[in-house]
Amino acid sequence: METLEPLIAEHPFFRDLPREYIHLITGCASNVRFDAGQYLFREEDEANQFYLIRQGKIAVEVFTPQQGRLLIQTMGAGEVLGWSWLVPPYKWRFDSRAIELTRAISMDGKCLRAKCEDDPRLGYELFKRFSAIIAERLHATRLQMLDIYGTSE
Amino acid sequence: MNDPMMPSIWRIKNYRTETADTFTIDLVNEHGQDGMTGMHFQPGQFNMLYLFGAGESAISISGDPRNKDVLTHTVRAVGTVTRALARLKRGDVIGVRGPYGSPWPVVEAIGNDVLIVAGGIGLAPLRPVIYHLIAEREKYGKVTLLYGARSPVDILFRQELEKWRGRFDMQVEATVDNARQGQTWHGNAGVVTGLIPRAGFDPSQTTVMICGPELMMRFTIIELQKRGIEEDAIHVSMERNMKCAIGLCGHCQLGPEFICKNGPVFRFDRIRDSFRKREI
Ligand SMILES: Cc1cc2nc3c(=O)[nH]c(=O)nc-3n(C[C@H](O)[C@H](O)[C@H](O)COP(=O)(O)OP(=O)(O)OC[C@H]3O[C@@H](n4cnc5c(N)ncnc54)[C@H](O)[C@@H]3O)c2cc1C
Ligand code: FES
Repeated sequence: METLEPLIAEHPFFRDLPREYIHLITGCASNVRFDAGQYLFREEDEANQFYLIRQGKIAVEVFTPQQGRLLIQTMGAGEVLGWSWLVPPYKWRFDSRAIELTRAISMDGKCLRAKCEDDPRLGYELFKRFSAIIAERLHATRLQMLDIYGTSE
Repeated sequence: MNDPMMPSIWRIKNYRTETADTFTIDLVNEHGQDGMTGMHFQPGQFNMLYLFGAGESAISISGDPRNKDVLTHTVRAVGTVTRALARLKRGDVIGVRGPYGSPWPVVEAIGNDVLIVAGGIGLAPLRPVIYHLIAEREKYGKVTLLYGARSPVDILFRQELEKWRGRFDMQVEATVDNARQGQTWHGNAGVVTGLIPRAGFDPSQTTVMICGPELMMRFTIIELQKRGIEEDAIHVSMERNMKCAIGLCGHCQLGPEFICKNGPVFRFDRIRDSFRKREI
């Protein structure tokens, strides 16, 4: 059977992760594909996975009663979507939808959490990588909230 | 000798609404010499536009440097002068002094990759650079334009962006801070710095030109430096209130520099210290 190991190893998110760990986490991985318009998940769904995007484009949206669906971020090949699987209560905070045909590797969060409990070094490695993403996201959100280009309305 | 503070009279030939608060005017000088009704300028230079009864504002030239028929400016209506300019119509006249200021380094960039990062109205002062690069495309390496705007309806020169994007010799990426339901948008969302990883460039052979809100420029520079771009390869356009525009009054001072004379385009290493000061 073909393994996802090489695809995981070459994704930028796991760059330089020791081979033995790549091997270990491949057990939690599956190949997924989303057609344009298909939802990956919706707000309040249980967050039991994250996605290594290999190809395509994903929208992250938030629904507001006043403005309807608001697109706040797009992501593409080489990026990683989702960190809610790491922190209780493991629920998605946003909707996510494929804008175009998207191929990704879905990583099972429950499976990974168990492996991290067994091997805290792997856990620390993953937390380091995800904390960089969370910090980057927080920073970008702050800039977006500052409305630096000013209003035209 | 001509008085440098004396504007010449130009007539509005075309007026185009770009977004809810931004418009473009094409001007002609009816007393132009040799049938030339436009003005000779370099990409990045600005004029002082004077409106009788309202005052004067520094506005970059946003048209094609090769087009000698008209002189083009794109203006965002934010205050007294720019709002009064917005109310003008075809056939009205205004005063123009210029062109002033330092140009974008289009000559120094020959042989290099060029990365342009623009935010909001900041695309207007960079548009002449894009026209120039397209006209002399064979002289440059990879050309990339990254543009950030508030929302899809705030995107400037949308049709042109789409046209440039369709070229095979230029990478164009646009992003918006957010897009509402019903706003047609198939592009990216998120801050403009998020586009930088997608722009493949050779850090040792790239000339960067950035124009937009200072906060956006600051974070763009941090992101570029993380990717190995040196300070002396980065150029920014600075804005301060201007009065004389000829280096006399000191109104536009930024550290030891006068923006109207030594700028508005600066190599980043030359203004780094003033750029990061909190009061600016
Ligand atoms: C070299 C240079 C090139 C420029 N090029 C352009 C250009 O191509 N197009 C363009 O539209 N503008 C450009 N500007 C900015 C433009 O000069 C000012 O927006 C204009 O002078 C404001 O004058 P005003 O009388 O309309 O506003 P004021 O009445 O002086 O200001 C009214 C309010 O608007 C705010 N304000 C002033 N300027 C800005 C601004 N830039 N952005 C947001 N809020 C502002 C003020 O803080 C104030 O609260 C340039 C400035 C410089 C120095
Ligand atoms: S505006 Fe007078 S010195 Fe620059």
